[in-house]
Amino acid sequence: MSTAAQVHEEDHGHHHKETFVTKYIFSQDHKMISKQYLITGIFMGIIGIAMSLLFRLQLAWPEQPMGVMQVLLGKWAPDGIMDPNVYLALVTIHGTIMVFFVLTAGLSGTFSNLLIPLQIGARDMASGLLNMISYWMFFLSSVIMVCSLFVEAGPAAAGWTIYPPLSALPQAQPGSGLGMTLWLVSMAIFIASSLLGSLNYIVTVINLRTKGMTMTRLPLTIWAFFVTAIIGVVSFPVLLSAALLLIMDRSFGTSFFLSDIFIQGEVLHYQGGSPVLYEHLFWFLGHPEVYIVLLPALGITSEVIATNSRKPIFGYRAMVASILAIAFLSTIVWGHHMFISGMNPFLGSVFTFTTLLIAIPSAVKAFNYITTLWKGNLQLNPAMLFSIGLVSTFISGGLTGIILGDSTLDINVHDTYFVVAHFHLVMGISALYGFFAGVYHWFPKMFGTMMNKNLGYVHFWVTAVCAYGVFLPMHFIGMAGLPRRYYTNTAFPYFDDLANINVVITIFALIAGAAQLVFLYNFIHSMFYGKKSPQNPWKSNTLGVDSSC
Amino acid sequence: MTVLLTLTVLALIAIAIWQITKIFELSQTPKVNTQVADDDDNQLNGKLMFAFLIFIYALTLFSFWKWGDVLLPDASSEHGADYDNLMWISFAIIFFVQTITQALLHYFAYKYRGEKGKKAYFYADNDRLEAVWTIIPVIVLAGLILYGLYTWTSIMSVEEDEDSLVIELYAQQFNWKARYSGDDGVLGDANVRFLQDFDGKNQVGIDATDPNGFDDVVVQELHLPVGREVIFKMRSQDVLHSAYMPHFRAQMNCVPGMITEFAFVPVTTTSDMRQNPDVVAKVKKINKIRVENSKALVANGEEALEPYTFDYLLLCNKICGASHYNMQMKIIVETPEEFEKWIANQQTFAQVIQ
Repeated sequence: MSTAAQVHEEDHGHHHKETFVTKYIFSQDHKMISKQYLITGIFMGIIGIAMSLLFRLQLAWPEQPMGVMQVLLGKWAPDGIMDPNVYLALVTIHGTIMVFFVLTAGLSGTFSNLLIPLQIGARDMASGLLNMISYWMFFLSSVIMVCSLFVEAGPAAAGWTIYPPLSALPQAQPGSGLGMTLWLVSMAIFIASSLLGSLNYIVTVINLRTKGMTMTRLPLTIWAFFVTAIIGVVSFPVLLSAALLLIMDRSFGTSFFLSDIFIQGEVLHYQGGSPVLYEHLFWFLGHPEVYIVLLPALGITSEVIATNSRKPIFGYRAMVASILAIAFLSTIVWGHHMFISGMNPFLGSVFTFTTLLIAIPSAVKAFNYITTLWKGNLQLNPAMLFSIGLVSTFISGGLTGIILGDSTLDINVHDTYFVVAHFHLVMGISALYGFFAGVYHWFPKMFGTMMNKNLGYVHFWVTAVCAYGVFLPMHFIGMAGLPRRYYTNTAFPYFDDLANINVVITIFALIAGAAQLVFLYNFIHSMFYGKKSPQNPWKSNTLGVDSSC
Repeated sequence: MTVLLTLTVLALIAIAIWQITKIFELSQTPKVNTQVADDDDNQLNGKLMFAFLIFIYALTLFSFWKWGDVLLPDASSEHGADYDNLMWISFAIIFFVQTITQALLHYFAYKYRGEKGKKAYFYADNDRLEAVWTIIPVIVLAGLILYGLYTWTSIMSVEEDEDSLVIELYAQQFNWKARYSGDDGVLGDANVRFLQDFDGKNQVGIDATDPNGFDDVVVQELHLPVGREVIFKMRSQDVLHSAYMPHFRAQMNCVPGMITEFAFVPVTTTSDMRQNPDVVAKVKKINKIRVENSKALVANGEEALEPYTFDYLLLCNKICGASHYNMQMKIIVETPEEFEKWIANQQTFAQVIQ
């Protein structure tokens, strides 16, 4: 007994002697690592969102020289008019950064690290060292991705899905040279980082739960993080293999994805490969990725809505079951991105079936959130507003999935702005709202101070109005038949009447961008000058509120 | 000028946001601010939730009223009618569910906004309720899936018969070509290896040792006879492209190294489509916009824009490089007589390589 107590004492003593480097930089403490993820994620988010504003400007006023382009893009925007290759590069890097660096690493990395040990009653993650390595690999991949923006010929520009042969052949576009190599290297490191993190989360949840914390008592946040980690471990390695095979095709002359190509006046030697194979490999991660992004946001929402409604979440067991069902189904629906890729139409039927099934657990979740609000005593804190906003965009965006998941209807809206509107609402905006809800809710736990609520309200309401202002009209552009990833629609007089919709969308987007500055100010200011927070400001009753950070 | 305008707009937005923040702050009665929502916050934000519900409805209705006319006109292909039908059914369901769920969500957020001393109603589970909202989606989706799959199978099962017209769509950075199979009805073998034969005159790489290829006709404009099944065989020579013909509800990727297929029966000729009231209204609106835009151009000493007449479009819908946004081909649907006359005037492969 006494020796054990002594060891315990020594442990604590050791913690106090940490140097600056071990405490703030190469930290193995889950709470510090979560802050590192949060701040890196926010930094990447600023880049990603700024890029979207730039190409929104281009889409709204395609032929007009703009000073801001000249300042930010330099020789890539001669006379202030953006170059088409740069447009594609911006779209590509915006997608990559937002999906992977902000909504995967920034969201999961921050809140899984912060909450898993706290809410299951563990002292720290199973392996602090792996956790630290995971963060620093993520940091390295972020640095490489940002560096790729400064390559002479520009960064990767083949779309965030980087389908070969466009991404494989430097002759096909300037971005497929060094920029694409850096993209692939960055993503390979990112995937390794994500796998280390996910394995750590899984092991921690399975092994380090405190006495009495059975799986059926696990908070829904932890269920969501746990299942997300499992999906990540199952699907990310497949993307890694796709990236490695693409690197082989690009650099070592193999033909996994390439065949019968004539480009720039010469016949290339590639024989027998297939781009469709790449599409299968990519979307085997790509679709589960949507849920890797979304489930943590839904987990956070479950906690925030229950706490601020002063009620338990309605239908805990149904919520867990639907998380599991979504996770399982998410790994067998990837083909709905490929209905018209040239794959066998019979496969299309199968994927339509599995895809539309996902609507069932999703509907259960939405209804359960709504019922949790019913007869509650709703404390409308900023985190709560973002959670309710999430349910709203999750429904609005999810419903159009019924159209896109149906192979027949997909024929004519595939790859149009309808798709862009759909996935931005259902996974982009929803996951961002989950992220904001988490930050507002656990900021006091992370930094010991309160964020300003009025700035939080302004942030939410402006963002909420603009999110619909941007993406609701965008459905119309898609239904009109305008393909996505078009530098401008002025090459088609048929689309001339879409110009003013584009202007409206861009104005809403600019205002939404400005609203994020309010959040940024609030975040940084509150960190240093915020009011000291009480132990449990939101009167939550999950484990972890009583522990001090 | 634009810079100045943008900066002004941004500055105004910043001021607006700052003002809104002030309003929020001033609307608070002076007291200890804990940064946790109090009764005033709950009141205000609860009401805003209700206002937001109205905003979502209003924005939806406004969009339909203002921009409903940009949507595609009725389908010009046989299967397109089924497609549109399924689309409207799906949309009806979506609007119904959207209207109700958003109403419940935001109304509850408004109705049950917190008050000091109020107690929440403990309600953690109800298996019957859960069953209801599991089973209802199951039934609705089962219907949609069955209808969808039935339509999908009928669209995608391509059966070649004597009457069908086989056309190859050939994609390259950044243009389209079409190859007609000629009198024998069979496309000659082709491969990118043959592209450089005959000093580059072999535009789609027809194999000159295959006798079926000599009567093939390669053109830059797609002509289709109305009422006859057209089977498209898609090829690409460099990167992925996608042949997207929105008015026919038709799309298929073009994949280097393989041949993909899509078939449909065009039912409306281009000249009939130009008489379609929706199309007439759309063209009129577009031309009004073009006249407006021309004024600015002429003022800058540039040429005015040509007036627009409707034509069917083939667009590239898979990112393929810098000029992806301008990779297009005109489609002309005409009567069988007009089509025969047109095709007879085109050069066959044998004539081209002579």
